[in-house]
Amino acid sequence: MRFQGTDNYVATDDLKVAVNAATTLRRPLLVKGEPGTGKTVLAYEIAKALGTPLIEWNIKSTTKAHQGLYEYDAVARLRDSQLGEARVHDIKNYIKKGKLWEAFTAPQLPVLLIDEIDKADIEFPNDLLQELDRMEFFVYETQETIKAVERPIVIITSNNEKELPDAFLRRCFFHYIKFPDRTTMQAIIDVHFPGIQKMLVSKAMDIFYEVRDVPGLKKKPSTSELLDWLKLLLHEDMPLDVLQSRDPTKAIPPLHGALLKNEQDIMLFERLAFMARRPNN
Amino acid sequence: MFFSFMEELRTAGISASLKEHLALLAALEADVIGQSPEEFYYLARATLVKDEALLDRFDQVFGKVFKGIFTEYGQNPVDVPADWLKAIAEKYLSPEEMAKIEKMGSWDELMETLKKRLEEQEKRHQGGNKWVGTGGTSPYGNSGYNPEGVRIGGESKHKRAVKVWDKREFQNLDNTKELGTRNIKIAMRRLRRFARDGAVEELDIDGTINGTARQGWLDIKMRPERRNAIKLLLMLDVGGSMDPFIKLCEELFSAATSEFKNLEFFYFHNCPYEGVWKDNKRRFSERTQMWDLLHKFPHDYKVVMVGDASMSPYEITHPGGSVEHFNEESGAVWMNRITSTYPATVWLNPVPEKQWGYSQSTKIIKELMNDRMYPLTLEGLDDAMRELSRKHGH
Repeated sequence: MRFQGTDNYVATDDLKVAVNAATTLRRPLLVKGEPGTGKTVLAYEIAKALGTPLIEWNIKSTTKAHQGLYEYDAVARLRDSQLGEARVHDIKNYIKKGKLWEAFTAPQLPVLLIDEIDKADIEFPNDLLQELDRMEFFVYETQETIKAVERPIVIITSNNEKELPDAFLRRCFFHYIKFPDRTTMQAIIDVHFPGIQKMLVSKAMDIFYEVRDVPGLKKKPSTSELLDWLKLLLHEDMPLDVLQSRDPTKAIPPLHGALLKNEQDIMLFERLAFMARRPNN
Repeated sequence: MFFSFMEELRTAGISASLKEHLALLAALEADVIGQSPEEFYYLARATLVKDEALLDRFDQVFGKVFKGIFTEYGQNPVDVPADWLKAIAEKYLSPEEMAKIEKMGSWDELMETLKKRLEEQEKRHQGGNKWVGTGGTSPYGNSGYNPEGVRIGGESKHKRAVKVWDKREFQNLDNTKELGTRNIKIAMRRLRRFARDGAVEELDIDGTINGTARQGWLDIKMRPERRNAIKLLLMLDVGGSMDPFIKLCEELFSAATSEFKNLEFFYFHNCPYEGVWKDNKRRFSERTQMWDLLHKFPHDYKVVMVGDASMSPYEITHPGGSVEHFNEESGAVWMNRITSTYPATVWLNPVPEKQWGYSQSTKIIKELMNDRMYPLTLEGLDDAMRELSRKHGH
C-alpha cells in the first residue's frame, strides 16, 4: 500500500515519501507546519487512501500521557463498593481503554492521529516514548501487557508551541509542510473547486499572497483560509471586476473575514489603507 | 553506508543519531522509495532532520556530500584491481602513517581486508538490494570514476581507523551545549513556585478522608493540580557589543522557554527605552511600547534582563542619548520605571564580573538595579534566581 494523495488532497512528492516511509516501517510520522496547511487532514486522507479506520486522539493542555493508555476509575469503584455492587470484584470493570489501547487492539490496522501534541505538558512526549517505540505497555492494575497486534500507523501533528524532546524525535519520521507555492496552490484549488473560473482564482491568489506578505500580521492566512475565502467569493457570486479593480485606498479585500481572523490584523489593514489615501488628499 | 554523510551532518550541527541512521537503512531495505535521487533525498530528510530550522543546513550538507554522484548513479560496478586500492591508500595516507601501519601489521593484510570489504558490498549490490545502488554511495559506482567519492565507501573507514587515535577525537566528546542548557534549566528550577489553580481534577485524599469523617458518608474532594505559577519576563539586549554572547544567550533563552509556561520575552538595544520588540527583523516596524508592557504584565512578574551594560554613559543618563533614535526620556528613567513596577528584577551580565569595574555604564546600571546584577555563570544564575524567588513586598 502506497500513499499517493487522494482525490481531494494534494500531496507533494516529499510528503508522499515521508508518509510511505512511516507506513512501511510503522514508525510515527511527525508533521509540522503553519496552522491551516493540512496537517490534521493528512491523517484523514491517509486513512481514507489506505482504507483503514482512523482513531483520533486530540491533545489538550490538560491531557496526560496515561489517558492515552488507560484510566483506572478508582472513585467509581469506591462508590460501587459502598453500594455493594457485584461488579466491584473485578478490577477490569473500572479500567477505561485509552486511544492507544484502542489502536493497539483494533481488529483492523488503524491510523492513529495524535493531534497537536505540543499542546500538552512538556513531559508528555517523554511519557509516551516506550509505548510508541515498542508499541506495548503494561497495565499495573490487571498485571497484563497490552501489545499491538500490528503496529498501527501513527501520525503526530505539532504546531511548534513547545519543543519536543530529542529522544522522542529520534523515533519519528519528520515532515514539515511548507507553505504551498503558487503551482501547488493552484492544484489544491483545482481539487477543491473543479471548474472555478481561472481568472477569479488567479486574481484571488494575487490578493492572497499579497495579504500574506504584509509585515506584522498576527495570523497569516493559510491554505484553509484561502479555500474558505474562495468558497465565499463563489457563493456571493463576486463579480470579477471587484477583485480586479483594486485601488490602494481599499486595502481590505472583499469578504476579508475569511482571511483575517484577528481584529488587530484588520486594524492594520485599515491603517495601511489610510496611509495609502493620505498622499492624495 | 553513508558514513561520511552522517559525519558531515553531525559536523554541521544536525545531530542525526545511530537510531536514525538505522531507520534510514531499514527504509531503504524495505523499498520505501524507488530509484530516484530525489526520493532518496526526501527519505533522508524525513529520517534525519527533525527540526525545520535545520532543513536548509541539511540541504547544504546533502548537496556537498552527494555532489557529482547522482550523475553516475546506475553505472555497472567494475572490478577493483589491487594496484588501484593501493593507489588510493597512498593518496589518502601520509608516509608517516604508512610506516606506522607497516610496523603494526603487514601492508598486505590491510589491503586484504580492504578488498574483502569492498567485495562484500559488491555482492550485496549484485544481490539486488537497492539500497547500495540507490544511495549512489557504493564505492564502485563512484570511486571508479570519482576519486572524491572514495571517501564515502569502505576506504574511508580504514582511513579513519588509522587516524582515530592520532586525533583523539573522543577527547572532546562531551556535548557541552546540552550540558549548558541542562545546567541552566536546573538553576532555573529554583524559581519554581507551585500553586494550585485551573481545573479541579485531582483527588484530594486528605480532604476526602476529612470530609468523609465529618459527614458520615463518602465525601469525595477534588482539587486542581499543582503547577508552576511563576511568571517571567525576559528582556534581552541584542546587537553590537552583545554579539560575542549570542550563543550563551541562546542557551539561556532555550532553557527558559522550556522551563516556564508563563514566559514573555522582549529585545532591547543597550538600554531599555520607550519601545522594545519581539522580532529582531522587524525591530523598527513592530515595537511594543514600554508603557504598554508595564501596564499589561502584573507586578508579580519576575523580570530578568540580560545585557552586557557596556555603552556610553550618556545612553543611560541623558535624554537623547540612545544610539538608535531620539529618546525623550533617559534610559535611567525607564530603568527606574521597570524596577519599581516589578520588585523582582535582576540583571544578568555575560561579561565576567572582574571586568565590570572598568566600565562606567556597567557601574551605573548596577546602581540602578540596586546591585542586583549577576554574572551569566551558573553561580551567578543561581544567585539571581534566589534573589528573584525572595518574597518581595510592593
